Amino acid sequence: MVFDQARFTAALFDPEREVPAGITSHTHPAPEKRFAVYRNNVIVGLVDALATRFPAVQRIVGEEFFRAMAGVFVRAHPPRSPLMMDYGEELPDFIDGFAPAAEVPYLADVARLEAARTRAFHAADTVPLPPVAFSSLPAADLEGLRLRFCPSVAIVRSPHPIVTIWAMNADDAEPVPIEDWRGEDALVSRDGFEVAVRRLPPGGAVFLSCLLAGETLADAARTAIDETGAFDLAENLAGLIAAGLAIEIGGGEPV
Amino acid sequence: MIGPMLPARTGIGFKPEHFDGILADPGPIGFVEVHAENYMGDGGRPHAQLAALHERFALSVHGVGLSIGAEAPLDRAHLSRLRRLCDRYRPESFSEHLAWSSHGGAFLNDLLPVPYTPATLARVADHIAEVQDTLGRRMLLENPSTYVLFAESTIAEVDFLAEIVHRTGCGLLLDVNNVFVSATNHGTSAGDYLASFPIEHVGEIHLAGHDATVDDVGAPLLIDAHDSPVADPVWGLFERAIARNGPLPTLIEWDNNVPTWPVLRSEAAAADAVLTRHAAARAA
Amino acid sequence: MTRRSMTLALAGSLASALALATAGPAAAQGAEKEKCYGVALKGQNDCAAGPGTTCSGTSTVDYQGNAWKLVPKGTCTSIKTPKGTGSLTPIAS
Repeated sequence: MVFDQARFTAALFDPEREVPAGITSHTHPAPEKRFAVYRNNVIVGLVDALATRFPAVQRIVGEEFFRAMAGVFVRAHPPRSPLMMDYGEELPDFIDGFAPAAEVPYLADVARLEAARTRAFHAADTVPLPPVAFSSLPAADLEGLRLRFCPSVAIVRSPHPIVTIWAMNADDAEPVPIEDWRGEDALVSRDGFEVAVRRLPPGGAVFLSCLLAGETLADAARTAIDETGAFDLAENLAGLIAAGLAIEIGGGEPV
Repeated sequence: MIGPMLPARTGIGFKPEHFDGILADPGPIGFVEVHAENYMGDGGRPHAQLAALHERFALSVHGVGLSIGAEAPLDRAHLSRLRRLCDRYRPESFSEHLAWSSHGGAFLNDLLPVPYTPATLARVADHIAEVQDTLGRRMLLENPSTYVLFAESTIAEVDFLAEIVHRTGCGLLLDVNNVFVSATNHGTSAGDYLASFPIEHVGEIHLAGHDATVDDVGAPLLIDAHDSPVADPVWGLFERAIARNGPLPTLIEWDNNVPTWPVLRSEAAAADAVLTRHAAARAA
Repeated sequence: MTRRSMTLALAGSLASALALATAGPAAAQGAEKEKCYGVALKGQNDCAAGPGTTCSGTSTVDYQGNAWKLVPKGTCTSIKTPKGTGSLTPIAS
C-alpha cells in the first residue's frame, strides 16, 4: 500500500476512521494508540493555539466548553497558513453560528476584539504623528484633510458592552454583573509594543471608520453627526491625536 | 555553500518570557534559536527582541512549517517569507524537519512522518535543493521523532538522511532526543543509530525532554513533548556523539511547561559542561 | 452646514482637541480622561501575541469529537445581561 497524505490527513481529523492502510508498528499492525499521538498533536495543538489567542473567550465560557467548541472549529477550519499567529480569524463568525454559544450573545464580539489585538501586536512598526503636526494645519485645509493610520488600528463595534466584558476577563479580575448594559465600540491600537484597547465615545467608531477608509475630515464628521447628535468632534479629534493613531497627513487624494 | 556557522557552544530555544533574563544573565549561551514562522509578522515586539538578541548572540532560524516531506510542491509564498526573514537577519543557521505538515492547503501544525522509499527520497531531495537555491544557503535537515512505521519503507532512516546529504549538499541537525524517542518507539537501538549517523555533516544538535506512555499492546511509547528536562539516556547519547565528533552547537529545546530562565540556563550549562570537557580533552 | 461653517467648526474643534490632547498627564488623570478615548486598557501582552508554532508533540489525550451536551459555565454565569445572566438554563434534551 503506497502512502497517501490525503488519507492520513482525513484520518487525523476524524477519530471514527481507522488507522490508514500502510501504517504499522513493530508491536501491532494497525497501531491505533500510536496513530492517536498524531491526532492529539494536531487537534490539541490547534485548540491550544486558539486558547492562546482567545483567553477572554475561554474564561467567559469556561475551559471545557471552549475546548469542545474549538475542537469543532478546528475540524471545520484548519489553518490555511503555517503562520499560527493568524489562526482563528474565522472563529468570531463561527461563534455567531454556533448554537450552543447562543446564550452568550456577546461572545463573538469579544472574540473579534481579541482577534484584533493579535493583529495589532504583529502590525508593522510606525511612528505616530505628534500633536504639533496638527497645530500647524491651515484652517482652509482641514475640510479636505485625509489621514493615514497606524496599521495596528482596528475598530470593533458591538451592541454589547464588549470592552467592559473583555476587561473583566483579560486578567484575573473578578467579573461582576453589568447593571448599565449598553453597546460599546472598541478601538484597538498599538502603543509602542503594547496593545491598547479603548472605549470609543458616541459616533467615534463611524468617524474613525470613515477616516480609515480614506474619507476627508469633513465627510467623516458629517457621517458621524448624522449617526448621533451626541458626536463631539473636538473630543474625537483629541482622542485620535492623543492615542497617536495617525502616522501621516494626506492631501486631497484618498490614501 | 557552507556559509556562516553556529559556534560549537550551547544555545536555547528562545521564549519571549526569557528575554530580560537572557540579556541580564546569559550564562554559557552562545546562540539562540527561534521558529521562523513566529517572526513572519510585520513588526512589533517579536522583531525588536530578535534584533536585540542577534546583536549579542549567534542566531539559528528553525522552520517548522515548510512541509519538506509533502507530496505537493513547496509553498512558494512561504519560501519567499523564509527568504525575507533570512535576508533580514542573516542567521548563522537555517534548519527544517524531515516531515510534512501541510496537505490540501491546510496546515496541520505537527511534524508528520514520511515513508523511507526511493520515491520520497527523490522528492525530499528536490525540495531541499529548491530551498537551498531560494535561500542561497545550505540548510540543515533534522531527524524526526516518529510514532508509527510505514509498511512500504525500504530504506533505514540514517541511510535516507545520508543519501539526502549526498544528493543536496545539505547538512544535518541531529536531534538526540528524537533518536532516543524513535528508537524506543520502534524497538531498535539508539546507540546503533547514532553510531551509523553521518555525524561529519551535523551542524547542530538538539536536546529536549520527552513524555512516556504505552502503545496498543503496552509497549513503551515516548512522545517528543519538549516539556521537561533532558532525560538521562539522552544525555548519555549526547556524550557519545560529542566524544565521537568533538564539540557541536547544542540547543536545549523546552517548548511546553516552559521553566524560568535560571532553570533553562542551568540545563544549557549542563550541555555546555559536556562540550567544554570534550574540547579540553581534544586540546590535551 | 455650509462649507464655511464646516471649516470654522473643524478649525475650532481642532484647537479644542489640541488643548485636550496636549493638556498633559495631570489633566488626563482627572475628569478629562473620558473626554478623549478613555483609559487605554492593556490586557496581558503575551495573550496579544497569539499562538506560536510548535515542533513538539503532546501527551494530552483530547482528539475525540464531543457530544454537545455542554453549556457555557465560565464567568458568563456572573455577567448579567438584560435577559438575565449570560448562561441561561440549559434546554432539557
